Amino acid sequence: MELVLFLAATLRISVPYALAALGAAFSERGGVINIALEGIMLVGALAYVLGAHATGSPWIGAGCAVIAGVATAALHALVTVTFRADQITSGLGINLLAAGLTRFVLKQVFHSSSNSSRVVGFEGFSVPGILGVPGLGPVFASPLVLLTLALIGAGHWLLFRSVFGLRLRAAGERPESLTTLGLSVAAQRTQGVLISGALAGLAGAWLASEQHSFTDGMTSGRGYIALAAMIVGKWSPIGGAAACLLFGAAEALQITLQGSAFPSELLQMLPYLVTMLALAGFIGRAIPPRSVGVPYDPEQPS
Amino acid sequence: MDRRDDAEAPVNEAAAHAQDGGASQPPARNRSPKTPALLVALSPLAAIVVALAIGGVFIAAIGQNPLEIYAVMLHESLATGYGLGQTLFRATPLMFTGLAVALGFRAGMFNIGTEGQLYLGGFAAAMVGATLAGWPSWLLLPLAMLAAAAAGTAWGAIPGVLKARFGSHEVINTIMLNFISFALVAWFGRSVYQTATVRTAEIGAGAVIPRLGELIPAFKGTPANLSIVVALAMAAATGVLLFRTRRGYELRAVGLNAPAAEYGGISVGGAQIVAMALSGALAGLGGINFVLGYKHFFEQGFSAGAGFLGIAVALIGRNHPAGVIIAALFFGALSYAGLVINERVPRELVDILQGLVILSAIATQQVLERAARRMR
Repeated sequence: MELVLFLAATLRISVPYALAALGAAFSERGGVINIALEGIMLVGALAYVLGAHATGSPWIGAGCAVIAGVATAALHALVTVTFRADQITSGLGINLLAAGLTRFVLKQVFHSSSNSSRVVGFEGFSVPGILGVPGLGPVFASPLVLLTLALIGAGHWLLFRSVFGLRLRAAGERPESLTTLGLSVAAQRTQGVLISGALAGLAGAWLASEQHSFTDGMTSGRGYIALAAMIVGKWSPIGGAAACLLFGAAEALQITLQGSAFPSELLQMLPYLVTMLALAGFIGRAIPPRSVGVPYDPEQPS
Repeated sequence: MDRRDDAEAPVNEAAAHAQDGGASQPPARNRSPKTPALLVALSPLAAIVVALAIGGVFIAAIGQNPLEIYAVMLHESLATGYGLGQTLFRATPLMFTGLAVALGFRAGMFNIGTEGQLYLGGFAAAMVGATLAGWPSWLLLPLAMLAAAAAGTAWGAIPGVLKARFGSHEVINTIMLNFISFALVAWFGRSVYQTATVRTAEIGAGAVIPRLGELIPAFKGTPANLSIVVALAMAAATGVLLFRTRRGYELRAVGLNAPAAEYGGISVGGAQIVAMALSGALAGLGGINFVLGYKHFFEQGFSAGAGFLGIAVALIGRNHPAGVIIAALFFGALSYAGLVINERVPRELVDILQGLVILSAIATQQVLERAARRMR
């Protein structure tokens, strides 16, 4: 039973990472580094709470989160693709903006600088057939968990088996090849960033629905961990999801060991250390898309 | 075509410098001729105006007059002795992290790790200051400051080495190292924090950096301290290093065009490691403002965004030491002004403004430079 609880915790913790890491893969495969995931998740979480608070429906909350995520990502796309400004700096700017904006709105709506009032989650919508399965049934019965699994599969197919994916990856590898075909690099890249925004927004919705509220800075670095998982997973949706499970397990173990003599800080470092080792080539070679991070100017192809 | 020539101009320039025997005569300016000097000054100002305008919409949205609020912010943070002291205190760590980011940028390295470097620097300074509490000031103060710089150096050099040796991107590595530093300090903290707190023991009197208020009565009661003098000295040192020494020339050559620099006999990897180590040293030293100058102990989470804001400071300061000082004062004033207006407008307005300044700075820079290119 202990093991089942641990696995259940691992899965629950991994969901937002997996969603955001999937988003990161779409953005980076298209050639845009998305450090803004952290801020987008935060905005998504607040949007979920606002939507669920106003209507009492978690589905409308999740819809709001996706829309808010796409809107925040659109800002990143505007700055990095339209204005061709530095992608990392833009991401950091958006993260600062999101931290301030969410707190600002929190104060205006809920008159608190730390947390919102309690909102509804997805508990009422568990899939009945799966809910009864002993062990991990209750986790897999959650509609968002099922949706996440489906999105990872669909995302992998879309990225590696569809025309859209081929064009998106071309925008990240050799954007000039798209230009020679008469296709717009900017359009491909923008779509990649917007997809990442929708997914990161949904990741925020999961966090807020699990916690039934929004608290200030509640993403606490999860966007960066998702980015790291995507790198360890070698810029692939399924690989990224696997890395998220590993990171999720480390976090679940940390919670299990809380209060024991074992220094949980060491486990806390694990995802970051693994990522650095992967980047340095000690755990397979992690090679980013060739043109990721490089603004593309069709008038001056590099 | 004109445009192609423009694109290649900086390449030729750097290659030419690299070929004339390396660094016999470092150029006084490294700006490529395609960027008129006026634009350099204009684009940060334009960015601030754009950010304030958008911020004004938020102020108006909650029923306040933006111009009135901005006037109060300006007056309270710069026109009173107390306000100015608060501004200087908040600007000081930003000068360190801004210089750190700017120095890295000049060598083509994006140091997002100043947050962790500053954090470890503060922790190291506190540990030395508290462990050797009985030592005399002339020995303890330099030692504590050295410890801060050394911790930052080590933390900055890691991504430098990883980049030079394995080619792994310093941005991801510095982000990871930020989080590792927080966990590392929390782990050390288990054995050194005071009972039931998240702070270290008090440093010895010899490690204390005097308050500005002790010298200038107008600043009485503010946490501003002589760390700012250290920051200004570091700005001067960074300027000399970058623009008046052979090593600085090498760093900038690598930042402008690494292949050309390598062709000219400069070790690109070596320059990257040196740049990151020095950048880390500057950021680490920033920890002294809070630890040695203000609280006199290390407290978990004390750096709270000073590292990330350093990127904004370097950006608005156009990676020049003098610009960094001015930009740090601007962001320091903004940060204090947020507290002043909190009664009328949530102080989160300042966080929003900071984000907006960063976004509009990089966007307007691109727009203005493109416009300038078109005019030629």
